[in-house]
Amino acid sequence: MFDFCIDPQNLDGFYWWSCYLTTGKHISFYTSFFVVFALLIVTVPLILLFGFLGAIARQSRIYPIRIFGITYTSVVRGVPDIIFFLFVPIALDQGIEYLRHKFKCSEWVEPIRQGNDFVVCQIAKMPMGSSDQWIHDTYGFFLAALAFSIVFGAFAANTINGAINAVPPAQIETGVAYGMTRKQIFIRIQLPQMWAYALPGLSNLWMILIKATPLLFLLGVQDIVYWARELGGTKTARFTYPHSDWRLGYFIVLLVFYLFLSWVSEIFFNKLTLKVSKGQATLNGTVGGTIDYISVSDDEVRNS
Amino acid sequence: MTLTKLITGAALIAAFASSAFADGHTIRMGTEGAYPPYNFVNDSGEVDGFEREVGDELCKRANLTCTWVVNDWDSIIPNLVSSNYDTIIAGMSITAERDEVIDFTAEYFPADPSTYVALSGASDDVTGGIVAAQTSTIQAAYVADSGATVVEFATPEETVAAVRNGEADAVLADAAYLSDIVKASNGELSVVGKPVAIGGGIGMGIRESDGDLKATMNTAIASMKADGSLAKLIAKWFDGRSVEY
Repeated sequence: MFDFCIDPQNLDGFYWWSCYLTTGKHISFYTSFFVVFALLIVTVPLILLFGFLGAIARQSRIYPIRIFGITYTSVVRGVPDIIFFLFVPIALDQGIEYLRHKFKCSEWVEPIRQGNDFVVCQIAKMPMGSSDQWIHDTYGFFLAALAFSIVFGAFAANTINGAINAVPPAQIETGVAYGMTRKQIFIRIQLPQMWAYALPGLSNLWMILIKATPLLFLLGVQDIVYWARELGGTKTARFTYPHSDWRLGYFIVLLVFYLFLSWVSEIFFNKLTLKVSKGQATLNGTVGGTIDYISVSDDEVRNS
Repeated sequence: MTLTKLITGAALIAAFASSAFADGHTIRMGTEGAYPPYNFVNDSGEVDGFEREVGDELCKRANLTCTWVVNDWDSIIPNLVSSNYDTIIAGMSITAERDEVIDFTAEYFPADPSTYVALSGASDDVTGGIVAAQTSTIQAAYVADSGATVVEFATPEETVAAVRNGEADAVLADAAYLSDIVKASNGELSVVGKPVAIGGGIGMGIRESDGDLKATMNTAIASMKADGSLAKLIAKWFDGRSVEY
């Protein structure tokens, strides 16, 4: 990085550190922080989408759809994450390659499954074997993001389903009395009010999601925890910058990062909770004005 | 250059030319990147080490374009068989158990004895106590069979850390990996007990259905053994160790 970094053995103090902290490996570490944010940006809308679809399916009057919703939320929440993350992306990847193979290499006679092996023709590979590594990484990342969304979507579906049910029945009866259809009741009464009940559960999910990125390395995507472990590990004299086991230092950096993220999220969710519970009727009988959300949800949950 | 060498060379070139891979398509090389001196990620973030040099040379001789992929040890075989990369070149010993799932090329590194390392001053008895080893390695299987208590870790680094913080009495791993660690520890760690010979040599893992690539790599490995370049690389990365091929 700097001119004086050519011969690191003879450096010490400030110069050594400024060279050490700007090695290519450290740059990869710094950029991997964006992997965390990218994962959040890509998955959060998908999680909410899966969550809503799952919750609506569970509320459905049509039996097969309801069964589908219940199966989705129960099975996905029951399967251990690590199994899910090994299985879903590999299955998705093989599914995509299988279809491409059938489409592009129909003249192939060899079987795709050969013992343990999954073999498709070269041009059906996704991405192509000759593609740059970053394309492979991006592809793996999106497969992983999809797997994350399916898993967390199931948890979100359960939370949202519970929140919809938590809207006081008296309000729905009022809706019926006004002659609203089921759809109107859902959109005008249940949907706007369920947020206050769903937010505590959703904010929990958000916090867990932030910390779930190490699962990405199962798919070969290198995240901050991978790089912290890799950089902190003992470096023998084979490396340009030898040092002993510094993992503790690197993990403290991660700790600070995660605590900061939690703190910012906490502030954001508190603001959001105030906003969505504004003017909401509660069992306390308060109507209108700003209501302290804590008292709303606690009483509500206990009484319902 | 002697006449025999010339003939061997000509035969090898002919073999490469007829290979299905002579079109030079890209081969993805999967490695762990956490096991110096075999393979590690260097300070500029590139895969480096003995296997990097061997792999690049093999690809050059086989007229293949190769790219390097770092993958977790735990999922390194599943990702090979589902074709996310084409070879495993990660200090993987050839064992009968692995051979059932994947194929191996000829060895490019001879069987290396494994050694126990413990805190300096520990008696040899620690090899029968609690021993750390990396998950899914020949060492982990060996410790389990030896009657000692095995504690498994996902990365080599963690197995050594377990000895340092007292979680395990000793660690069992390839001698070449541990000797660097012992040297760098300034007397904190030392070798205990006798070295144990487990596992065969180290070969490149290849899908069972990929016979062409296996043949190509075997030819390239044979040519590196024949002209002494493999022995030179072993001497370079393993403290001047001399190997006869």
